[in-house]
Amino acid sequence: MSSTPASHLHLAVALDGTGWHPAAWREQVARPRDLFTAGYWADLVAEAERGLLDFVTLEDGLGLQSSLYGELDDRTDQVRGRLDAVLIASRIAPLSRHIGLVPTVITTHTEPFHISKAIATLDYVSTGRAGLRVQISPRPHEAAHFGRRTFPPLSLEGIQSPAGQELLTDHFDEAADYVEVVRRLWDSWEDDAEIRDVATGRFIDRDKLHYIDFEGRNFSVKGPSITPRPPQGQPLVTALAHQTIPYRLVARQADVGYVTPHDAEHARAIVAEIRAEQEAAGRGGELLHVFGDLVVFLDEEQAAAEDRRARLDALAGEPYTSDARVFAGTPAQLADLLQEFAAEGLSGFRLRPAVAGHDLPAVTRGLVPELQRRGRLPHRLRGRHPARPAGPAPPRQPLRRRLSRKDRTHHEQAAEADPSGRALPGCQQHHRVE
Amino acid sequence: MWSDPKAGSHIEFSSFAHFARTAERAKFDFLFLAEGLRLREQGGKIYDLDVVGRPDTFTILAALAAVTEHLGLTGTINSTFNEPYELARQFASLDHLSGGRAAWNVVTSWDAFTGENFRRGGFLPQGERYSRAKEFLATTNELFDSWHGDEFVADQATGVFLRDAKAGSFVHTGQHFDIQGQFNVPRSPQGRPVIFQAGDSDEGREFAASSADAIFSRYATLEGGQAFYTDVKNRLAKYGRRHDQLLILPAASFALADTDAEAEELAGEVRRQQVSGATAIKHLEFVWNRDLSSYDPEGPLPDIDPDISDNHISKGRAQVRMYRDPLATAREWRELAAANNWSIRDLVINTGNRQNFVGSPATIARTINDYVQADAGDGFILVPHITPTGLDDFADKVVPLLQEQGVFRTDYEGPTLRHHLGLALPHSRLRSSGGTPMDEASDERAAS
Repeated sequence: MSSTPASHLHLAVALDGTGWHPAAWREQVARPRDLFTAGYWADLVAEAERGLLDFVTLEDGLGLQSSLYGELDDRTDQVRGRLDAVLIASRIAPLSRHIGLVPTVITTHTEPFHISKAIATLDYVSTGRAGLRVQISPRPHEAAHFGRRTFPPLSLEGIQSPAGQELLTDHFDEAADYVEVVRRLWDSWEDDAEIRDVATGRFIDRDKLHYIDFEGRNFSVKGPSITPRPPQGQPLVTALAHQTIPYRLVARQADVGYVTPHDAEHARAIVAEIRAEQEAAGRGGELLHVFGDLVVFLDEEQAAAEDRRARLDALAGEPYTSDARVFAGTPAQLADLLQEFAAEGLSGFRLRPAVAGHDLPAVTRGLVPELQRRGRLPHRLRGRHPARPAGPAPPRQPLRRRLSRKDRTHHEQAAEADPSGRALPGCQQHHRVE
Repeated sequence: MWSDPKAGSHIEFSSFAHFARTAERAKFDFLFLAEGLRLREQGGKIYDLDVVGRPDTFTILAALAAVTEHLGLTGTINSTFNEPYELARQFASLDHLSGGRAAWNVVTSWDAFTGENFRRGGFLPQGERYSRAKEFLATTNELFDSWHGDEFVADQATGVFLRDAKAGSFVHTGQHFDIQGQFNVPRSPQGRPVIFQAGDSDEGREFAASSADAIFSRYATLEGGQAFYTDVKNRLAKYGRRHDQLLILPAASFALADTDAEAEELAGEVRRQQVSGATAIKHLEFVWNRDLSSYDPEGPLPDIDPDISDNHISKGRAQVRMYRDPLATAREWRELAAANNWSIRDLVINTGNRQNFVGSPATIARTINDYVQADAGDGFILVPHITPTGLDDFADKVVPLLQEQGVFRTDYEGPTLRHHLGLALPHSRLRSSGGTPMDEASDERAAS
């Protein structure tokens, strides 16, 4: 059994508040008053899991949301405030069984040591379903929340200037160092470091723990981690990218890159650029997924989807625009578009539901069956085992393996016989440490 | 104690979930997690004889919130290696996600050794530890209080999500933190997490008296507990606080068996298991400050004296200064060993901490109640010696006796940890009177 037949697409959903349209919270299905409760997030993730999606991402930020690029907008008519995404993911992990959980982490102001152990712990709590999405914050007002650094004023135009690009390069270089540290810390314990050798009194074999001795421009980290190597070994690292500088981060450090093509030709150009950067980074042989991001309004009739979009735009007082292409239509039309993009080299998609309470179920109950009928999605979760006689529960499918195209090796078959699910091939593969 | 055949994983979630569910079944107030941000070393090598490796505190507590409904979730988080904005977000998020069950054990660190894992490097002069910790706590309280509780309305009909565009505004200017902006987590069910403090120095006790809701203390004997209790409670008045606004909770180990005699036997067995020959040598090195690996743990104590230079063999341990006069300790131990014909291992076992409570369920229940009635503590934080089943017998056999005596709850009486501990919700600085559950007596604390 191959983990993923080449014709199969991967599907993830990006969760952000009540949905990606700024007026989404006004919809009857939106439950805005529940936004700061665990139950709200548990219900969304359960819906995504029912649709056999590979994973959900959770947005986050170290400041209030804003309709402006680099500053606050003082608006009171849109969702403002959010809970820490890593903690939401962890709160949901014991309530779900199969779906990957990929919270956003801001690299600019946080500690890679803390985040590495947090995501490792999320991987333990979810038995191998953790990932993270790294994001930078060049916003001056967010830097003021920390008081350690100051950044210049930020605008969409300014960021395209040479000075802006230089600033962006610094931020993404820091993000690359950050991911390097996070990954090295995950590998700083070998899988079999815990020995519990009563004869010698040793709990661990300390020769299997390693300092990482990372020294970079913004931080140095000694290691090893305080948290043993997580079940997946290397949880999934993902990043959103819109231009060359972040494409380079994706190519150097990520397992999944999210990109925002507006048509098939654009998708082809982006994939070509990332693949070239991947070669240049010496990762040519490694699996790197490029997912297309799309905002979706999904209804059984195209007119209904378009009407809904128009109604929400009217409530918001302005037409909704996004870095990603905004789709309004039927599941069949969306399936056509995804197939068209996939033909240009995208291996999956991260859909951003315009209204979480409406468009997420439309994805899981409309789009997913449509793609299954077309043979582009499996009818059951990849890696889930057929019914087997009574005995220990089979290991759950680690997120990393679900995204792997490789045929299973004998190691993987052996791992399946191990109810702890720990002895995975990915765990043996040390990630560019030495 | 990992070497026992019954000992389970110290890292798998199932172990933590078992502990938490057992504690909740027994109606405990909270679960308490310690923290260490760099693996301990001795003689320049990672210490390998104790359990090594732990999960991230926030992340595991958030997951435990999913498998419990009432249990408080107390995390030890170091104020030296975090920033107020991020830490306040994490605690406020944990409080939301647990329905008001978050607590923070505020600890400080000063060593460059741990700092090597962090951006700031982390070295702090001893004198600045508490001044930074105090300002850190004051700053996080300003962030927790920056949302008053009535801003978030989310009125779908009128389109008003926030009542105030400047919700969460804060400005803090101080010696250690100079920050401003808007906090992005609305006020959580408890307003602020319950604050624990664990330091024992004079400064630590003042810090607790001024700013904490509870103390994790190390004085679990009757006399030691009473002395600490009196000392700390007497410090409260100068901060305008009452005795019941700061709970003293000593950490206590126990050996529980059907009869007192069996418990005594178990206590000895556990201590022998906890102190292997290798552990005994490492413990001696801790005092001698020398490599003693050539000594036989079953043989006599070393003739050479401890090395009293400043560079200590042990790194990353809070108790480095536990033996303030190593030469005297060594002399005393040699005399003890000679008088009792003890080997190195015998000595470490016999001078090490005996379990605080040893006995049958009836004996332990009576002792705990006696200690609390005699003001040795307001309760105890139990430290089981086996993971994850070490609390099971206590929950099944001792708790029912405490309940029969009428000194322990038979069910939770409120949803939040503050309810369990009898602590008022912090003053929310609410400006309008409508619609929030902040109706308990206000409990404004000194800000720093």
